[in-house]
Amino acid sequence: MDKKLNLLWLQSGGCGGCTMSLLNAEQPSLFDAFKNSNINLLWHASLSDNASNNFVDIINDITTDKTQLDLLCIEGAAITGPEGTGGFHMVSGMDIPMVTLIEQLSQKAQYTLAIGSCTAYGGMSRSNKNQIEVKGLQYIASQKGGLLGRDYVSKSDMPVINVAGCPAHPEWILHTIQAITLNKFEKDDLDSVQRPRFYTEHLAHHGCPKNEYYEYKASADAPGQAGCLMENLGCKATQAAADCNIRLWNGHGSCPKAGYACINCTAPGFEEPGHTFCQTPKLAGIPIGLPTDMPKAWFIALSSLSKAATPERIKTNARSETIKISPDMAKNKK
Amino acid sequence: MTRKISLGPLNRVEGDLDIQLSLDENEQFIASAQVKSTLYRGFENLLTGKSVMDALAITPRVCGICSISQSVASAKVIADFAKTPMAENGQRVTNILLASEIIADILTHFYLFFMPDFAHPSYEKMAWSEEINTNFTAVSGTRHGGMLKARAEFLHIMGILAGKWPHSMVFQPGGVSKTVSISEQMKLLGIVANFKSYLEQVVFGDSLEAIANIQNQTELENWQQHHAFNHSDLSLFLVISDSLNLSKFGGNDGSNSQLLAFPAFEQENGRYYQGGVFLDNKIQALATDNIIEHHQFAKLHGDQFSPKVGITQPDIYKEGAYTWCKAPRYNNNVMETGSLARQFINGESLATSLVNNTGTNIHNRMILRLVELAKLTLQIETWVTDIVPKNPFCYPLELPKEGQGIGLSEAARGSLGHWMTVENGKISNYQLVAPTSWNFSPRDNQGTPGVLEQALANIPYQSTQDKQMLQHIIRSFDPCMLCTVH
Repeated sequence: MDKKLNLLWLQSGGCGGCTMSLLNAEQPSLFDAFKNSNINLLWHASLSDNASNNFVDIINDITTDKTQLDLLCIEGAAITGPEGTGGFHMVSGMDIPMVTLIEQLSQKAQYTLAIGSCTAYGGMSRSNKNQIEVKGLQYIASQKGGLLGRDYVSKSDMPVINVAGCPAHPEWILHTIQAITLNKFEKDDLDSVQRPRFYTEHLAHHGCPKNEYYEYKASADAPGQAGCLMENLGCKATQAAADCNIRLWNGHGSCPKAGYACINCTAPGFEEPGHTFCQTPKLAGIPIGLPTDMPKAWFIALSSLSKAATPERIKTNARSETIKISPDMAKNKK
Repeated sequence: MTRKISLGPLNRVEGDLDIQLSLDENEQFIASAQVKSTLYRGFENLLTGKSVMDALAITPRVCGICSISQSVASAKVIADFAKTPMAENGQRVTNILLASEIIADILTHFYLFFMPDFAHPSYEKMAWSEEINTNFTAVSGTRHGGMLKARAEFLHIMGILAGKWPHSMVFQPGGVSKTVSISEQMKLLGIVANFKSYLEQVVFGDSLEAIANIQNQTELENWQQHHAFNHSDLSLFLVISDSLNLSKFGGNDGSNSQLLAFPAFEQENGRYYQGGVFLDNKIQALATDNIIEHHQFAKLHGDQFSPKVGITQPDIYKEGAYTWCKAPRYNNNVMETGSLARQFINGESLATSLVNNTGTNIHNRMILRLVELAKLTLQIETWVTDIVPKNPFCYPLELPKEGQGIGLSEAARGSLGHWMTVENGKISNYQLVAPTSWNFSPRDNQGTPGVLEQALANIPYQSTQDKQMLQHIIRSFDPCMLCTVH
């Protein structure tokens, strides 16, 4: 690569958590990753220098085509309220709504990336009747459109790339950017809701250390217990498109590994599950949200079979904080 | 006619911040300042009508920087409402995670937000200029790579105990959903040991114990005399601070300081931080009923409310209002909160000595943050060691249908409180008061400016160095605007 690629990162209606997640990047750490990919950071509110960079000048140079904007990363939902004015989020120093600035810059960007689920689909701020009128960049929940419209493509003829997640994993963000810089990222690398397939072609369930409990539907019924979280505690890992239990977070973790439910935070509309997050909704004692691509009757038949066949060891441990019966004890019992 | 100057958008702070200055007639001094939060999200209203336990999924997402502090306050508000105790192991894991978030924040603030301001052309004649330009220039400084690596490896604690950071749901009213094996306990000790050696070699150039043991200003000055400016990042900061007189800017003298801290880090016998207020030159017990939020200069409906019955409803065209941030007051007093405040109120000797001698200012805020970094890292070792893997991590919970709760904690930037009312098993009101809402509040209903607004008044505004001093004052609070307006 001979040419530096200009990256501009704007924070919109979000919590800043995707930037914090990005700072967790390892091997390489964040600034080395930028350097390795020949990224020139034009502006990031949390990170860039203010001695030589003036925000308004940077923006003007982009809108007048003096500076090429290669990568536009937006973090946070587009706030269009109140009453469509965008007045809930004004850009200081420019006195225009943030949504106006995003629209302007998106016309200049070679690639537009929505960092995190709120940027992609609206996210948490959209919940409870969407009082501040948030939109994702190209979606509102799973409905296509959003701030930039369903037909939007950036200058490289790509739709918005939705690096969804609440937060997004640092590698989901950086590997997307890196692949773009190497010209290795194309339309068919996106899934049906425009997320990079490299992390959504897995389920969060894949690699879950609670897999043996899942196989027997040996379920925890309170936080801290070792059993599977799907039947009672709201876990959606069998439906959630993400590689969390394979890739792991902060070197070691995932939501189920720390004993709490996957709430499907990479999905459009995750913020309104229609039930209490950590409580599985049931009909006649059977969970409503079963794995999406399996016939329900089969699932129930297999579950009742496996429940009946559950070894004592698994049944006991599932409802306990510590392992009461280890595999070697179970073996010696026989 | 006074001239008005807008400083926004301010970068290297968390979130959206604008500050408007009015200069005096001769344009030599700042006559007054208005601190403006320019983003409204209305997070409290997302909770209305939701199940009580949903607060644990929603409130961390108020802020990705202080996400654990929000979770801790939220778990505590539910525990208070349900009158449920927390398992001791649950307290320890909660404390380790909260302390880790505060530590990560202190590092990020020092290296990425605060120190790069000294790599500025107006300081090129300073003896330390070359050192600072090489090490601390934003993004390209040589110190940043090592800090980010040490920080990310330290945050493996989050991976092990919280599943991920930010936005973990491990925190429960009765404890935590993560149990810890003896092997994980050993692994955690290893992570802390690695992190300690980074801090000792690069940040302090001394053992953490020695730094945590500095008892007063004289001992700190002695330490400085025995360590050259290029010995460590602490010694470099001390030299810069001396040469720019940072202890003269950004606050009040000791007897006029007004400080606030909430109790935090519950332990078997009491807590690590006691909490309280410093008012009328004495430390007093905290009474949360004295906390009232004033709305006159916020673009929000209503006059003033206790957070118990507070409302957050936007009124964007309200006359005279200039920010989305409410003005919290304690018995009508403007209070500063943060690392300095909680250590001073806790009676820690270095904090007592520094504040008594020179008050609240840039220098003291920065030094006490770094000392807290050393102390909390050592304290994490204790909490990890104290975990008893065979004992419970989470007690069961039974939720009443009606009632109220208060959840208090400390975040990196100071005191954080959640107030909740429940009717018919659903949340009917949820209000939160965040640290930077105290520090960066607008004027209150009496017209009294907030902490930063006061700190900026009467500061010279002529040379580029004067203007740079404003940046140091603002960033010495480590503002988090996302929490502030939420």
